[in-house]
Parts: sequence; structure tokens; C-alpha cells
Amino acid sequence: MKIAIMKLGEVLITALPLDLIDEDAMGFQTDLLHEINLRDAKGVVIDISALDIVDSFMARIINDSASMAVLLGVKVVVCGMQPQVATTLIEMGRELLGVEAALNLDLAMQRLLQRIDDE
Amino acid sequence: MYCDKLSICSDHERFSCSNQIQTPSLPSCLPIYEEYHIHVARRHVTAWTKLLGMSRLESHYVATAISELANNLFFHSQSGGIIHFYHIKKNGKSGIEIIAHDKGPGIINIEQAMQDGFSTNGGLGGGLGGMQRLMDEFEITSEAGVGTDIVMRKWVT
Repeated sequence: MKIAIMKLGEVLITALPLDLIDEDAMGFQTDLLHEINLRDAKGVVIDISALDIVDSFMARIINDSASMAVLLGVKVVVCGMQPQVATTLIEMGRELLGVEAALNLDLAMQRLLQRIDDE
Repeated sequence: MYCDKLSICSDHERFSCSNQIQTPSLPSCLPIYEEYHIHVARRHVTAWTKLLGMSRLESHYVATAISELANNLFFHSQSGGIIHFYHIKKNGKSGIEIIAHDKGPGIINIEQAMQDGFSTNGGLGGGLGGMQRLMDEFEITSEAGVGTDIVMRKWVT
């Protein structure tokens, strides 16, 4: 399963699907880094609103993908986490997501563009 | 059928789901040996928690815990494992009991494995401890080279 990565201005937008398997996740990370490089992106938004359940496996994929992109020098915002996912992650007792977050895609785009402008 | 072993006993009254609830009966055990079985287990347990009348958040906790469990069965045990589901009752409370059994490598030091940040496969290492916090009761027994058994329960509030 290939995950779409779309370009809007200087920002890449992508959304993670629920039934992601390990292999797809690896493919996604490679694709994302490749696209950032190829298209000179300055920011990435990862939408996770489709994820009903985020276990430590999925949290790791989100974390790793974001960290990899940050290493390339782009700004990353994760957006759209469902409320019960946030509750569960905290209940599980770990700060699983150490990345910048926004409530929804609109706010994520606003924040990214602002941060890109600031530079 | 896949259910070849069930040696763990507890003092709860157990029912198979079909005896207890009239709506579509759900299979009470699932084998986990392919990666997509993790998603199947997640959907399956959500159907169970809905039947038992758990709240959305409780369902969510159970589904996340089972996701961790199935991930462990798939990624740590070569032959995979089996997850059993039971509808249980105790002191007028209703709940779900989930029993996982595998013939994997076993866990050498359970105390260490339960600690956050401990992982043998490069993960975040929050799986076992997280499962314990998401469920009401959690028991784990393991023998290196033999396998691991996990029993966890969540009561409907």
C-alpha cells in the first residue's frame, strides 16, 4: 500500500492510514525523505486523524518519520490526533509523541507557514 | 480449531460469548501469525467490547492493549500465538478476559521487560507496561525457550 504525499506550496502533506504494516511504514519513510529532497520542501504535515488506535508500534512510526524529516532540516507538524488516542497514550504512561502537534490540518498549515516565514 | 491449550485457571465465572449474549456470536479465539492478524484482533476485540457494553474510552483502552499484545505475538514469536477471549463475571460485574499463549522465545527477565524503555527489537519499550496500565488486571508468566502466557481483564463500569 502506497501512502500519498502531496505538495502544497513549500509544504508536503501526508496522512497515515489505520491498517499500516511494518513494510508499508518503511516504504512511507523512504518516500517521505525522498520527496522532501526532490521537491525542496520546507515543511511536512503528517495527518493522523484516521488513526483510531495508536499503539507503541504506530507511535514509533509517527515519531521516527517526523524525526527523520527534522534531520533533513524541514519543520514537521503532526495533526488531527483523536481525543481518545491522546487519552490512551497518556494512560499508557509514556510520552510517545515528542513531535510538534496541531489540532487539525488548517492549524497545522498555519503554524508551519508561520514558522517557515520566521526563518 | 486452533485452541490447543488452556491451562490457566482463575476464579472468575467464564462464559463463551455466544451463550451469554444473543447477538451474533463471535469466535472466542484468534490465531496471530501474519501481520494483518493484528488488525483483525483489534477489530475483533472492539466488536466484543461493544457487545459487552463498554464505554468508548474503555473499548479504546482494550483495543490498544490488544494491539500491543498482537504486535508482541507477531514480532517476537516465530510461530505466532493465539489469543482467547472470554466473557467473565465476578461479583455482579461483567468483563472481558483476554488470554494470549505463544511458544515463542519467552521472556528471561519479566521485571525488566515490564519496565518502560526496555525493548529487544528497537521499539519504544512501552508495550508490556502500557498494557498493564490500560487493563484492570494483568498477569504474565513466561519461561525462556518455552513460551509466554498473558492474562488480562477489563471490567465494564
